[in-house]
This record gives sequence, structure tokens and C-alpha cells, in this order.
Amino acid sequence: MSLHPFGIELLQFVLLLGLAPAFAGWVKTLKCLAQGRTAPGILQPYRDIRRLFGKDIVLAENASWIFRFTPYLVFGVTAVAAGIIPLISVDLPLAATADVIALVMLFGIVRFFTALAGMDIGTAFGGMGSSREMMVASLAEPAMLMAVFTVSLASNSSSLTQMVAVMGHAEFVIRPSLAFALAAFIMVALAETGRIPVDNPATHLELTMVHEAMILEYSGRHLALIEWAGMMKLTLFFALGIAAFSPWGIASDGDIGALLLAFGSLLLKLAVGALVMVLIETGLAKMRLFRLPEYLGSAFLLATLGMIAFFILE
Amino acid sequence: MPASLDIAGFAVLLLLALAVLAPLLRSVRSIQIPLAFSLGAVASLAAVVAGIMTVAAGSVASATMSVGLPGLPFHLRLDPLAGFFLVVIGLVGLFVSIYSIGYVKGYGGVRSMTQMICFYTLFLAGMLLVVLADDAYFFLVAWELMAAASYFLVMYEDEKGENRRAAFLYLLIAHVGALAILLAFGVMAGQSGASGFDGYTFDAMRSAHLSSGWAAAAFFLAFFGFAAKAGVIPLHVWLPEAHPVAPSNISALMSGVMLKTSIYGICRFAFDFIKIFPWWWGGVVLALGLISAVMGVLYALMQHDLKRLLAYHSVENIGIILIGLGLSMIFAAFHLPALAALALVAALYHTLNHAIFKGLLFMGAGAVLHATHVRNMEEMGGLIHRMPWTAPLFLVGCVSISALPPFNGFVSEWLTFQAFLLSPALPHPLLRLLIPLGAALLALTGALAAACFVKVFGVVFLGQWRGHQKPERIHEVGPSMRGGMLLAAISCLLLGILPTWVIGWLDTIPEQLCGAKLSESAGKLGWLWLTPIAHERASYSGPVVFIGILAVVAVTWLLLHVRATSVSRVPIWDCGFVKLTPRMQYTASAFSMPLRRVLGFLFAVREQVEIVPHTNHPALPGSLQYRLRIRDRFWNWLYAPQGDAAYWVARQVGRLQQGRIQIYLLYSFVTLIVLLVFLG
Repeated sequence: MSLHPFGIELLQFVLLLGLAPAFAGWVKTLKCLAQGRTAPGILQPYRDIRRLFGKDIVLAENASWIFRFTPYLVFGVTAVAAGIIPLISVDLPLAATADVIALVMLFGIVRFFTALAGMDIGTAFGGMGSSREMMVASLAEPAMLMAVFTVSLASNSSSLTQMVAVMGHAEFVIRPSLAFALAAFIMVALAETGRIPVDNPATHLELTMVHEAMILEYSGRHLALIEWAGMMKLTLFFALGIAAFSPWGIASDGDIGALLLAFGSLLLKLAVGALVMVLIETGLAKMRLFRLPEYLGSAFLLATLGMIAFFILE
Repeated sequence: MPASLDIAGFAVLLLLALAVLAPLLRSVRSIQIPLAFSLGAVASLAAVVAGIMTVAAGSVASATMSVGLPGLPFHLRLDPLAGFFLVVIGLVGLFVSIYSIGYVKGYGGVRSMTQMICFYTLFLAGMLLVVLADDAYFFLVAWELMAAASYFLVMYEDEKGENRRAAFLYLLIAHVGALAILLAFGVMAGQSGASGFDGYTFDAMRSAHLSSGWAAAAFFLAFFGFAAKAGVIPLHVWLPEAHPVAPSNISALMSGVMLKTSIYGICRFAFDFIKIFPWWWGGVVLALGLISAVMGVLYALMQHDLKRLLAYHSVENIGIILIGLGLSMIFAAFHLPALAALALVAALYHTLNHAIFKGLLFMGAGAVLHATHVRNMEEMGGLIHRMPWTAPLFLVGCVSISALPPFNGFVSEWLTFQAFLLSPALPHPLLRLLIPLGAALLALTGALAAACFVKVFGVVFLGQWRGHQKPERIHEVGPSMRGGMLLAAISCLLLGILPTWVIGWLDTIPEQLCGAKLSESAGKLGWLWLTPIAHERASYSGPVVFIGILAVVAVTWLLLHVRATSVSRVPIWDCGFVKLTPRMQYTASAFSMPLRRVLGFLFAVREQVEIVPHTNHPALPGSLQYRLRIRDRFWNWLYAPQGDAAYWVARQVGRLQQGRIQIYLLYSFVTLIVLLVFLG
């Protein structure tokens, strides 16, 4: 028995929308365990989102339509990205919508409008968050591109499904170029998703806030959408890493058995990936803002080394 | 059906006729402005039609006029490359002409309308003739017509010293550039082997066989001349001076279109005249493009004058276009025609896109200027509430220039990235290693541009009003200005979501210049999917992104509005601190501070903080003054020494002047003797 490609596409949407809060809850639980705190449980993000959807909205007097429109746009763009990154099967009709480069730029829309929403109210907090976020993004982008570039050299394509298909069928050898690219990708992904050591998602301290400062004024369903989209973005970056660096186990068509197997391996990889991230986040402190250029610069350097390694060694 | 060259000729003649007839209508201003600019729009539309027809058919038409030098009549030629630039000029000309009907009224009673109309139409006609010209003499006449008309337009508000200085600098650099182009034509003609004036026709240059040394001399002279016009770093200094002081409709034309005539010139010289060149020519073009792109956007980020900032972004975007051209030349030099075609299409597509979104942004800046009468972003804020039309239209421009999907800037930058990704096909190992680093710089440029436009839109349109005058006095602009911007914004969206059609249409240009077509692979899966090389390599679908986002947004909105929730409007949360004022918002300088700190070593930044103690309580600060000065290092390194040297020479020569008639008679006598000796 086999599933129609559009069925897989739909399944993937539902999976990502449904699983993203659980994944965020899993990360939070692991973090609590690692830091000796009591965890609220994996299901806490669902309860948070439901509670926020039920609440009324408090809007600042001079908030414009940009402020009200941004949560919907952020959610919409992230959902479209969810249809593009192969999670359980490469047989996705919408995967050709964007290649890796276009995908990175899609997340650029999210950032652009979130930053604008941060400036809309006219408080110092919002502006501060936007300004910092755009700086981090500017420095992260070249490193991100270099890492992606190196991976696409290995599979001779920047299309995600093609990358997955090539990498998934290649025999397992450790390639130095991909090792460097993976290190760079992890560093940049931490920056892009706003995790320690670049940004602290749990802070509301004015000196350290980046992403939280931009969305400080949001409430009710707006906040719920932004939070949900944030969880989806985190999951998607993991999925992107998995697709680019260890796609083994992913189904090549719509066969139910293969899909189930792919789903199991996805859950396993996500669980392990979250553990790695939690260890990084627990082991490191948040960096000073002006030390970030060094951090992102070394990510760029690693990615460049990966590319050089590809040309010289492979 | 009239031939496309006839339609283009009609456009030029209509514009020239307008320049002549405008003074006759001087007394009836109510008719003069709408009539002149609507006819300008008609002429631009004619140019667009002629261009579209030529490019679509891939036809070449030429004509010889009976005017010109004896032995060198004016030659006209309309081929796909020229046709494409006709479309670029015509489209922006159309939008700006519609916009100008309302914008120019702002000068009513203060300045001469006739002057504006005359030079405006001459400027447009000059640009159209530059791309239509088919001999060196006519080309330079058109080039100078364009330069002179734009000089007078930059000088339009000539009572300000700033404007006169900017216009002089512009004229100076334009003429140094024109001189270099003249020399390049001279080299081409001298080496073409044709006798008399025949060597100066473009046909002779096409068939000329130059030795590699002379070919390099001709190309780099021409490249220098065109780079001076395009504002390629380090020849960019006039651009951020001249563009901001010109009236905004003129800035839109200068930034959007005039710079593109140099791209036309470079394409003409490299791909049409010389055709066979070593790869390092492309390398030079690529390197200068990268420098211009990164430095241009960094300079832009440091500005707080809205129009100056946009002018620096033109430097950036010319850089991006040159990146595409440089890659195309490198691929062509290694005989990879399909890849050269991809890079060339990326460059041309970006040329068209930049023309439209930069035109839109300058028109938007003009609307803001019209409404607020300030150019300094630090004195604006919250205009989205006062200008409900301009704000979203300007936002479209911001999103487009920041290369975000689904708008047009994204498509051309994405195509450029794809060209970068193909560099492993090059046989040269060093190039394979170095060229991808260029892609990283392009990514940096794109991200910095996004940061810069978050700053622009955030500071100008969002937040609260920071200025001195009452915000209630600010009003939305009139229908014609809105109309011009709206058309440009719609074009940005259409060019972003229908790239396969545009590339299919463009295809005759790379076919003629590089010998390969792109549409066979680019549109293989139908109009929905853009696949530049192959479906397996990379694909993008603008319509799916656009409709997908729209659909999810609509569904989410509907689902969340089933149940009625109240939205209560309250004052901003001030953390219990009661005196929250608009001055406490982030400013443009504050926004770019982190990046200024990180990348400031590239500029001459001087920051001064001065704290004056309180008069009664010396321990408390009374007032705080913050001064920030950012200077262009190129000005200090390259231009200031030259200016000083010229001044020094003038001073030394000035010593000859004693002010006594006997001494002057002695000079004349000595000169006469010397001349007689030489003649004898």
C-alpha cells in the first residue's frame, strides 16, 4: 500500500504543525533534567498555545497593521517552509518550490517582518531587539551559505530532495568537507534559531534579549502564532540539518511501511539532536553581543575549510 | 504593424518635440504639467512596446539618418540587447512620468516648470538614444545629452550651495568617464583597419580583429568610463552627492535607469564588439562588483539621510549586476556558453529589477519628502499612520531590494547564486576555490541590505513621530504619485512570481551574445517552476511561495476570527516609568550601531560624547551631546589628494600673475619669440 505524493505532503504539514510543540517541550524537559530543575512536561507548549489562543489581545495605541499582520505572515512562511524540507519522504510535490538557498531566504522574510514589528510600537526594547537580530543575521548569512554550498558541492545540487536522495544512497564514509560543514551549520543554526550562546530564549533581561525583545509587546493569539512558528522553525532547522547531513532512513516514495520507518528514524534523530543542543546550551554561557562576530566568523571559517577540503581531498 | 525601430523613433521624436514645445505652453501651467508628463508617459510606453517586440522576436533593425558629420551619418540600430534596455528605460520612465504629474506641482510658483519639463524630456530622449546609437559619434552625442540634461536637473534647486557642489562633482566625473569612453572608441576605430570615419561605426568595431593588448586597452578604457557613470567603487563619490539633491523624480530616473546605460555599454563592448577575451577581464569585473556591493551596502547602512542611503544602495546593486556580468565573462572565456548565458540573464534580470524597485523607493522617498519636507530619517517616524498608501508601496520596494521572496529582487539574486554554484565546472583550480567566496560576500550583501531596510522602514514609517513640526500636518500624496508607485510595486511582484516568462522573453539576448539559450532548461517544467539548469540541480517557484503564504495566512486568520475576541487598545507599557517620549525610540544611528562597531574599521568613524555638568549640581549631568561623523575613506585617500594637488598647481601657476602690465607684455613677447624659434 502506498500514499499519494499529495497525501505525503499533507501528512508532513500535519506532522510538523503537530509535533513542533512536543519537540520544543522535549528540549525544555531535557534542559531541565540537565540543569537539575523539575520539568513541566513535554506537553507544556501545547497548553501554553491553547491558553494564549483563548486570551484577549492588548495592543499598544500606535500599533499599525504591520504589527497585527506579522504573526500571520511569520506563521504562513514557516508553514510553507514545512512543506519544502523533506521530513519522512523525498516524494514531495512541493519540494521543488525552493532549493536550500531560497529556503534560507524564506526564513529571511520571517526575520525581516519580526524586526519591523519590533520597531512598530516605538519602544527602545523593540528597536534594540531588531537592531541586534539584524546584526546577528547579517553575520550568520555568509557562514550559512558557505555550509550549504559545501553540502551542495558534494551532491552536485542545491535542491533538498536531490541532496537527500544522493546522500541517502551514498555509502557511509566520513567526508572531511561534510564534517567541517556540519560544525559550521550547527554553529549558525544556533544563531538563526536564537539559542545559547547567541541568544537566550528564556531571558527577559534587557541586556541580553534579542528575539524576545522584538516580540515583547505581543499578546493573545498573536503571541501564540509567533511562539508556535518559533517552535516550527526550531524543528525545521533540525530537519534541515538531518536532510543535509544524515538523511539515512528517509523514504523514497509513499510506501506506508517505509514511511513508518522514516518517521521512527526521524523521531530518533530529533531526540538525539535535541540532546546535543541541550548539552551545548547547558555547557556554554551566552556570549556578549560584540563577541558574536568572532563566533560567527569561526563558523564561516569552518565552512570555508570544508569547501577547500572538498576541492583538495575529494 | 509598424516596425519596432519606428516605434522607438517615435518615442524619441515625441520627447524631443516636448522639449521644444514646452516653453510655448509656459503661460498655461494647469495644462502644461499634465500634458507634458502624460505625453512623456506615452513616449516611454512606446519605448517599452518597441523593446518588448524586439527582444521577443530577436530581430535586428538598423537605419541611417541623413544628419550627422559629413562622411559619418547617424546610425541607429535596435537589437535585442538595445531592446531590453529600451524596456528598462521605458518602464521606469512610464512610472516616473505618471508620478511627476503630482510631484512637480510641489515646485509650483517657486521654480520654472518649463526648465524641468525641457530637461526631463531631453534626459529621457538622451538615454533612449544611447541604446539606439550605432556609431561612436552618435553614441557620444547621446551620452553627453544625457549627462548635460541630468546635470541641469541636479542643479534644479540651484540656490543651495550643496546642490551646486554636487552637480559640479557629477559633471567632472561624468566627463572624465566620457573621455575614457571616447579613447576606447578611438582605440577600436584605429585598430579596426577601416579608412576614414568608417571605423567609428559599431559595425566596423564588431568585425574588427584586435590584438590582445589593444583589445584589453579598449575594454578597460571603456570599463573605466562606464564605471564612472555607474558609480562603481572607487568612482562612486559623485553618486551619494548628486542623487539626493536632485528632485526625487529625477533621482528615480538617475538611480534606476541612467546608471543602467553603463551596464549596457559594458555588455556592448565585451559581448558584442570584442567577443573573445581572457578570463581575467571577467575576474576584474567580478572583483570590482563584489567590492562595490559590500562597500555600497555598508556605506548605506551608516547613512541617516533617506535619499543618500538609497543612492549608496545603487552602488551596491550596480555591484550585484557586475558580479553577474563578471561571472558571465569568466564562463564565456572558458567556453561554457550555457553557464555564461545563465550569469548574463541573472545580471540583466537584476538590471531590470533594480531599475523598478529603486525607482519605486526613490518615488517613495520623494513622497515622504513632499509630505514632511525633511530628508533626515532621525526626524521622521510613524508615517504609516499618516500615509496609508505610500507606506505599503514603499514596503514592497524594501522587501524587493532586500532580496526576499516572492518579490523580484530575490529572483535575480537567486539566479546569481546559482551561477556561483556552477563555478566548480571551471577548469581553473584557483578560480574554483575563490569564486565561492564571492557567493559568501553576496550573501553578506543581501543580509546587510535587509538590515538596512528594516532600519529605513522602521525608522521612517513605524514607531512614533520624532520631528519638530506637528504630525497632523503631514498628508498622503495625491493620486498621480500614488499611481506611479502602485504600478512600480505591481511590477515588482509580477517580475518576482513570473520569472519563467521573463526569462523566456529575454532568451534572444544570451542566444545572440553567448550562443546559448536558457529557456529550454529554465522553463522545462512549465511556467510554474523555474529550473535554471536542471530540475535536479535547483528549482524555485514564485507562484507557489506567494499563493502558499497567502493561503496559510488567510486560513489562519479565518480560523482565529471564528470566535470573537476583544482587542483593547492601551498606551505603551512604560515599565512604570511615566515620561516615555518619542525621543526614547531607537534612531537610525542607534539601529546601525552594532554593525558600525563590528565593521567600522572600514570607514573613518569619529564618535564624540560630551557631557556638560548640571549648573546647580555639578555631580549630575546637565546635558549630553553625541556627535557622529562617518567619512568615506575613498574620498580622503583618492580624491582629496588630487583636489589638493590641483589647488597647489593652480597656486604655483598663479605666481605668474604680478598684476603689472609690463610683466604681461614681457610674457607675450617671450611666447612670440619661442613660437618663432619653433616655427623657424
